[in-house]
Amino acid sequence: MGIVQIAIVLIVLILLVKPIGTYVYHVFSNKQNRSDAVFGPFENLLYKLIGLKSFAGMTWKAYALSVLLTNVVLVGIGYIVLRTQNLLPVNPSGIDGMEETLAFNTIISFVTNTNLQHYSGETGLSYFSQMAVIMMMMFTSAATGFSVAIAFIRGLTSRGTTIGNFFQDFVKAHTRIFIPAAVLVTLVLVALQVPQTLQSTINVTTLEGDTQSIAIGPVASLEAIKHIGTNGGGFFGANSSHPFENPSPLTNVIQILSMWLLPAALPYAYGLFSGNRKQGWVVFSAMMTLFLLFLTTVYIAETRGNPVINELGIDASQGSMEGKEVRFGIPQSALFTAVTTAATTGTVNNMHDTLTPIGGLVPLAEMMLNVVFGGKGVGIVNMLMYAILGVFLAGLMVGRTPEFLGRKIEPKEMKLIAIVILVHPLIILGPTAIAFLTELGQGSITNPGFHGITQVLYEFASSAANNGSGFEGLADNTPFWNIATGIVMLMGRYVSMIAMLAVAGSLAAKQWVPETIGTFRTDNGLFAGILIGTVLIIGALTFLPAVVLGPIAEQLTLR
Amino acid sequence: MNEQRKALLTPAIIKNAAIDSFKKLNPMSMIKNPVMFVVEAGTFVVLMMTIFPDYFEARGQFGFNLTVFLILLFTLLFANFAEALAEGRGKAQADTLKKSKGEMMANKIVGSGIKVVPSTELRKGDVVVVASGEWIPGDGEIVEGLASVDESAITGESAPVIKEAGGDFSSVTGGTRVVSDRIVVRITSDPGESFIDRMISLVEGAKRQKTPNELALNTLLTSLTLIFFIVIVTLPPIASYAGVDLEVPVLIALLVCLIPTTIGGLLSAIGIAGMDRVTQFNVIATSGKAVEAAGDINTMILDKTGTITYGNRMASAFIPVGDATESELAGWAAISSLLDETPEGRSVLEYMRNTGGQYSAELGEDAVFIPFQAETRMSGMDLVDGRKVRKGAVDSVKKWVTASGGTIPKDLEEKGNAIASKGGTPLAVAVDGRVYGLIYLKDTVKPGMRERFEQLRQMGIKTIMCTGDNPLTAATIALEAGVDDFIAESTPEDKIAVIRREQEQGKLVAMTGDGTNDAPALAQADVGLAMNSGTAAAKEAANMVDLDSDPSKLIEVVTIGKGLLMTRGALTTFSIANDIAKYFAIIPAMFMLAIPEMGVLNVMNLGSPASAILSALLFNAIIIPLLIPLAMRGVRYQPMSASKLLGRNMFLYGLGGVIVPFIGIKAIDMIVQLWV
Repeated sequence: MGIVQIAIVLIVLILLVKPIGTYVYHVFSNKQNRSDAVFGPFENLLYKLIGLKSFAGMTWKAYALSVLLTNVVLVGIGYIVLRTQNLLPVNPSGIDGMEETLAFNTIISFVTNTNLQHYSGETGLSYFSQMAVIMMMMFTSAATGFSVAIAFIRGLTSRGTTIGNFFQDFVKAHTRIFIPAAVLVTLVLVALQVPQTLQSTINVTTLEGDTQSIAIGPVASLEAIKHIGTNGGGFFGANSSHPFENPSPLTNVIQILSMWLLPAALPYAYGLFSGNRKQGWVVFSAMMTLFLLFLTTVYIAETRGNPVINELGIDASQGSMEGKEVRFGIPQSALFTAVTTAATTGTVNNMHDTLTPIGGLVPLAEMMLNVVFGGKGVGIVNMLMYAILGVFLAGLMVGRTPEFLGRKIEPKEMKLIAIVILVHPLIILGPTAIAFLTELGQGSITNPGFHGITQVLYEFASSAANNGSGFEGLADNTPFWNIATGIVMLMGRYVSMIAMLAVAGSLAAKQWVPETIGTFRTDNGLFAGILIGTVLIIGALTFLPAVVLGPIAEQLTLR
Repeated sequence: MNEQRKALLTPAIIKNAAIDSFKKLNPMSMIKNPVMFVVEAGTFVVLMMTIFPDYFEARGQFGFNLTVFLILLFTLLFANFAEALAEGRGKAQADTLKKSKGEMMANKIVGSGIKVVPSTELRKGDVVVVASGEWIPGDGEIVEGLASVDESAITGESAPVIKEAGGDFSSVTGGTRVVSDRIVVRITSDPGESFIDRMISLVEGAKRQKTPNELALNTLLTSLTLIFFIVIVTLPPIASYAGVDLEVPVLIALLVCLIPTTIGGLLSAIGIAGMDRVTQFNVIATSGKAVEAAGDINTMILDKTGTITYGNRMASAFIPVGDATESELAGWAAISSLLDETPEGRSVLEYMRNTGGQYSAELGEDAVFIPFQAETRMSGMDLVDGRKVRKGAVDSVKKWVTASGGTIPKDLEEKGNAIASKGGTPLAVAVDGRVYGLIYLKDTVKPGMRERFEQLRQMGIKTIMCTGDNPLTAATIALEAGVDDFIAESTPEDKIAVIRREQEQGKLVAMTGDGTNDAPALAQADVGLAMNSGTAAAKEAANMVDLDSDPSKLIEVVTIGKGLLMTRGALTTFSIANDIAKYFAIIPAMFMLAIPEMGVLNVMNLGSPASAILSALLFNAIIIPLLIPLAMRGVRYQPMSASKLLGRNMFLYGLGGVIVPFIGIKAIDMIVQLWV
C-alpha cells in the first residue's frame, strides 16, 4: 500500500507538469494569451502604481541590479520592522523587538526564500511582523527566484539580446501565479479543516480538569504560500507535522504537490521556451531519476528501521516511527522528506533529526546537490548550469568545441560557472569546519559523535541551499549561528543568482550556431545520463568525505 | 607525409624531454598550470616532512612519507615529460628548418651591377638574382624568369617545382634551392619575418597561445582543484570531532588523487601534439585556434578544379556551329591555343596532334597572346594581320562577338548546353565577329570524392563547390561529385559573399585558395587553407598553408581539428570519471583505523590503509605516461553522427574511466601490499 500512495502522487504530478508548465510559459513568454484578459487590468493598475512605464528588455546587469535593489529595500524595511515591533501596532501579546543578530538572521532567512527559523513564531514575532515581514517575504522571495529562473531560461533560449524585464516578471509572478495559487490552496485546505481564523488562542478545560491553551490562527493561508513559494516557515513550531497545519493524509498530499508542482513544471516551460519540448523532458527526467533514487533510499531506510532496535525484538513492522506522525506513516513521511528538501521548501511533517542515519542522508544530500527540482527557480537554474558543465566536459568528445542550445561555451561562461560550483561547497564545508574548530560552534551540538557532524552539516547545507529545514537538536539561536548561517544564506542565494544571470546575458548576446547532424544533442536519453553523471561526480563526490564522517559512519557504527 | 618527419621521435628527443621534465619543476613555470602546481606544493610539504620528521612529529612515518614523496615527484615528472616530449618534436622540426635557413649570400642588384651581401641584410623591396644551384635568400616574388625549385626543406617533397614570373606560381620561399635556370626575385619580407621564421616559431611552440577552449577548460580544472582543496582543508576539523586524526601526507595524497592531474598534466601536450599532427601532415597552421576552428567547421567551400576534379579539362571534340566546318573550327582553336599554357589550351594542341588535325601555325607568329582573365573569362591571340582570335566561356565570347558587331549562330546556345548537360565544358571559339564552334572539354571527378563528401555530410558539414563553369556544367559535376551546393560562374567576390552569408547564420566556413584574388576570401573564412604554390598574398591571408599544395587536404585538416578536440574531451572525461574509484580507495583507508566499520566501503578489498593510499596515488601517477601515446597520437576521428560518436566515446572514456581505475588500483595494491 505504501508504494501505491507514493505512486499516485507521482502520477498526479507527472500529469500536471504539462498543463502547469504550459501556463508558466504563457505567463512569461509575454505573448498575448487568454490570461491577459483576467489579470491584465489588475496588473496595469499595479504598473501605474509603481510607475513602470517601459517594458523594454533589460541587460543582465540591469536585471541583476533590479533584483538586488528590490531585495535590499525589502530587507531594510523588514529589519526595521523586526527590531521595532514593540513600538509598532498589532502587537497584542506585547512581544519585544528582536535581538539584532537574530533579526539579521531572520530577515535574510526570509528574503532568501530559506525560512530557516532560529526564533519561535509564537513568542518571537508580533502579528504585524508575521504579516508584514514573514508572509510578504514568502511571496516576494518566491517571485524573485521565479523571475530570475525565467530570465535565465530566456537568456539560454531567446535569440535576442535581452533576458526580460525584472519588474514585469516580478509583478506577473505574483498576480498570475503565486496569489491565485495561494488563494486556491487556502480554500481547499480550509475545506479540509485547516484553521483560518483571527481568533485568539482557545483555552479549554481537559477531562482531568486542567486548562490547556490551544493555539490557532490564520493557518491555512500561511500553509498555502509556505508550500507554493517553497518557503517552509511553519505557523507552529512543529511545522507540517502539527495536526492543525496538516491534519490528514489528503492535506499532506496537497502540501507535497503545492511545493513540488511549480519546480517540476519549470523544466517543461524551459522546453517550450527553447522550442523543443524534449529539452525540457531531458532535464525533468534527470531530476526525476535523482529524486527516485533518493526517495527509494529514504523509504527503504525508514521501512527497515534501526537494526539495533529491531534486534531487541521490538515490533518494527511499521518501520522507524520515531519522530513521525501515525496518520502519515512511513510512505507519506518519506515522500514528504524527499520532496521538501528536493524542492528546498524546508517544511517538515516528521522530524529529520530522528530519521535513520541513511534516511537522514537523503535530505542532506538533496540540499547539497540543490538540483533535484530545487526551490523556486533555483533548481532549474542549477540543473541547467550542470547541463552546461556536462556539455563542456563531454561535448568535446564529438569533435566540436562545446555548444549548448546553439551557443558556444567559452572562457567567460566557464569562469562564472566556476564561481557557482566553487561557492556551494565553500559555504557548506567552510563554516562546518569553523564550527568544529571553535567552542562557539561546538557548544551548540546537542548530540555528540557522528550525529553531531550531521547536525552541523545539515544546518549549513540547509542555509546554503536556501532550504530552511532544520535538523533540529542544534541550539542555534546564538550570535555565532545567527551570523554564520545568515552569511551562508546570502551567499547561497545571490552569488549564484548574479553569476547565472551573467551567464544568461553572455549567452544571449552570442551568435547562434545552427544545429547539424554533427552537433552535440542535449535532447536525448544519453544526455540525461551525462547530466546525472555530472551532477553526481562534480556535485556529489565533493561532499562524500564529510558525509562519510556523518550519516554513513553513524549507520555503520549503530550498536 | 614523409619519413623524415615521422622518424622525429628519436632517442635524442626522449633524452632531451627527460632532462626538460626536471627543468620544468621550477615553480615559476609550474604555476602556469594550477593543477600541477598544487601537486608540486604538496610534494614539497611531504618532502619537508620526510627530511625533518622531528619538526613535524612524523618520525614513525618516514618510510610512508618518503614513498608518497617519490610517487608525487614522479607524477610531476611524468606530466612534465608529456609536455616536453610534445615540445621536443616541434623543436626538432624547427632545428631542421633552422639548418636550411643558415647564413647565406645573396646576389643583390644594386643599380646596374650585382653586389654580394649576406641574406640577413636584405630588406623588403630588394631585388636579387638566384642562379642554378644557389639558395633563395628570402621570401619573395619572381619578377623575371622561370626555374625549378627544390622546396624539400619546407615541404619534404623531393621533386622540384616549377616557379615562374607572373601568375599564381611566382612566390618563392627563403631557404629553398634553385636547381635549374635563373630567376630574379623581389624580396617581400624583412629578416625574422620570413615564412621559414614564422614556421620555426610555430613548430617550436614558443609563441603558442592557449586557445579559447583550452582557457575555458583550464578555468574548470582550476576550479575543480580549488573545490577539492576546500574539501581536504575542511576535513581535518570535522574528522577530529569524530575522533579521527588525519595525517598530512594522507590528506595530500587524497587531494592529488582527486584533482584532475591526468588531464591537467596532459592538457598542454595534447594542444602541442595537435598542432604537431597538422604539421606532420605538411600543413602549417598559424595558431592552435585555427586548428580548433577546423573542428567546428559547418560549411566547406571547395574549388571544383584541382580539388574535386582533376581540373585538367581535356579537349575531346570540336563541335562547329552555324555554317563553319569542323576543320575550320579546329584550326582556329589550335591557333588560339598556341601560346596558351593552361591545361585546357595545351589539351587542344594535344588533341590536334592525336587526331592528326591540320592548322596553319605560321598565322600565330609574332601574334600577341591575350591571357585568361577572371573578368573577361577569355583568352586568345591578336594576330599580326589584325584579326583577333578568342576562345572562352560561351557567354563571354557571345558578348565579345556581339560587341564587335557579329551575329550569334542559332545552334550555339543549344550545342553549348548539350555539352554542359553531359558534364563537359564548352569553350566557344570566335574570330572577330564570327563564332566557329565549340571545344568540348571534359572534366573528371577524382575517384573517392563522392565518398568523402558523404563522410562530410555525416559530420554535419555542408559542401559548396565553386566553379567558373556555367550553371549547367556546374550542376552536372556537383551531382556527380555529390556536393550539397554549388556556385557556378563564380568570381572571387561571390566566394566572399557566400562566406559572409554562411557566417551570418552562425556557421564556420573553411575554404582553400591560392591566387591573390582569393586572399580576401581566405582572410574572411574561419579556416583558410592556402596552397604553398600560391601567391604570397594568399599565404599571408590564410591561417593555414598546405606545403603539398593539395586543396583536398582541407577535409583531413577538419578531421585533425576534430581529433584534437575529441582527445581533450576524452581525457578530461576519463580523468574526472577516475575520481569515483579513488574515493573508494582512499576514504575507507583514511578512516578505517579509527572507525573499523568503514571497512564496508573498502569495495576493492585493498590490503591495508597504507597500501590503499599508495596504490591510488601510484595509479594516479602511472596513468599519465600510459596516456601519453594517446595524447600525442590523438583520438581518431571517424565520420559518424554526433550522437553515435558521443555514445561510443562516452562508453570508452566515460565508462572506461569509471572502471579502469578500480581494476588498476586493485592490481597495483596486490603488488604493493607485499611490502606495506
